[in-house]
Amino acid sequence: MALVIPKESYSGKIYNVTLGTGAKAVTIGGASALPYLAFEGTFPNKPAVALEVTDIAPDDWPETVKKAVSGAASNPVQWAKFCQQNGADAVALRLIGTHPDQQNKSAEEAAKIAAEVAAAIDIPLIILGSGHVEKDTQVLQAAAAATRGKNCTIGKAVEENYKTIAAAVMANDHKLIAMSQLDVNLAKQLNILLSQMGFDKERIIMDPMSSALGYGLEYTYSVMERIRQAALLQNDPMMQTPVVCDIGANVWKVKETMAADAEVPEWGSLEDRALAWEAVTASAMITAGADMLIMRHPGAAAKTKELIAELMG
Amino acid sequence: MIVIGEKISVMAKKVREALMNRDAKPIQDLAVAQANAGAHYIDVSIGPAEDDGPQLMDWAVKIVHEVVQKPICLDTTNVKAMEAGIKAHNNAWGLPIVNSTSNEPERFPMLELAGKYGTKVVALTLGKGGLPADAEDRCVIASEIMARGMEFGVPMENILLDPLILQIATMQNQALQSARAIRMFKDLNDPPMSTVVGLSNISNGAPKHVRHIINRYYLAMLIMEGLTHAIIDPLDKDMMDTAKTVEMIMGKTMYAHSYLEM
Repeated sequence: MALVIPKESYSGKIYNVTLGTGAKAVTIGGASALPYLAFEGTFPNKPAVALEVTDIAPDDWPETVKKAVSGAASNPVQWAKFCQQNGADAVALRLIGTHPDQQNKSAEEAAKIAAEVAAAIDIPLIILGSGHVEKDTQVLQAAAAATRGKNCTIGKAVEENYKTIAAAVMANDHKLIAMSQLDVNLAKQLNILLSQMGFDKERIIMDPMSSALGYGLEYTYSVMERIRQAALLQNDPMMQTPVVCDIGANVWKVKETMAADAEVPEWGSLEDRALAWEAVTASAMITAGADMLIMRHPGAAAKTKELIAELMG
Repeated sequence: MIVIGEKISVMAKKVREALMNRDAKPIQDLAVAQANAGAHYIDVSIGPAEDDGPQLMDWAVKIVHEVVQKPICLDTTNVKAMEAGIKAHNNAWGLPIVNSTSNEPERFPMLELAGKYGTKVVALTLGKGGLPADAEDRCVIASEIMARGMEFGVPMENILLDPLILQIATMQNQALQSARAIRMFKDLNDPPMSTVVGLSNISNGAPKHVRHIINRYYLAMLIMEGLTHAIIDPLDKDMMDTAKTVEMIMGKTMYAHSYLEM
């Protein structure tokens, strides 16, 4: 008797979401089966790898990653171009300088930088606030208006501030990142709330809140698994948005990406170890179904793209 | 759970008059209201319609499809009217359901139609020997209908087994037998058989003020047993909330604070 491989049948499908404009626009999502089970469904789009740029010099980034972008990092426009030249599918501009504890830059200043960066690149632009709930509403509102027509991806909208940010994103025809803190039920709730204010759910990208390898990554992984099961097996329309994982900011904060060779000789060379830490974190998120990653080290991003090419092959 | 909206029924005076007078508006209004309330199918019950069954069903299907993009549950005992309904149906929005066949010889042609046109079909577990006594009896009848379905070329996934809901006011012991049959039906095939009930029959003959309460609690119990389809009133928000809540508690849908608004 011939062996018949049991197959799961899925009633749902992830939305296709297009980011950016023109020839370099990127479409993510579209999966009709659990990640990379190509014998059960189709995966029309490969996950996108975005490289992160900050509006102010990345003084608090560890040496290894700072060195990898040095020469470009003093100016966000130059840095964004550098990312584009280094194979990024998108640029993620984090307006960290607007945070009251950083340089407390005004929304207008931030919007001006966002517009300059958007004008300097062909690939899609992601615009991230500093993560300060109140300040982000002003900053992202101004940035959304200043980049109108560029089909940017703007976030992160959270339960406390989603209304203003979503309204600005809707008015200026962008895409939205909606983040909840490692909680599938709250992730769904936020998407329902957005839909109820008239925001098209097919313009949302979910951020389940990422972490770094060794620092709770398994929680993110479980949440992503649960999101995909609801989306595909239960055909839950509120869970069928693509997922973005913002990993660079988490990875380049942990000891493994900072401790010098001499400090922990048994861990091997910092250079290799740190790069691998980001690439391995990325690989876990890819296999959990991430549709887009935000990374910091161009070398780690290149490794991740190799993995994606193999999985999609 | 798949909701089949029951409001367009010849039993209702307003609908009966609209059908007789070919007055589209009241029927279309009910179709739209039910679709907006979350019905997956719209039941169109025209009864036996002995005089002009085919014309009536053809008309009813077309006017419903003018206003809603939902498949229709074709509800008549008139075989010619059933075939006319199937032909008039726009399958772009899903296959129609033939409602219904049973183990009574005069209902076999309905199953044959389902095979011929590849539609879904409600199979009432009612035989020529009168009402089934218990869940086991219902399973025997279901198996016979399934076997006949195979002869007529009806795929098992197109058969919706109906355990026959009887009035609790006169046959109280049957309520649990029907519920138990739903669980047993599932095991008659792999993948499990689909099931359907005409829910409100449970409270037929009971006073109005208790009817919706009986309906609602019984629906919760049937979903727990694995019910996949129900012919109910989707405009009854308490009923829809009951279905959503039970499915959420069972883990079939993901909880969110606004789950009832979905």
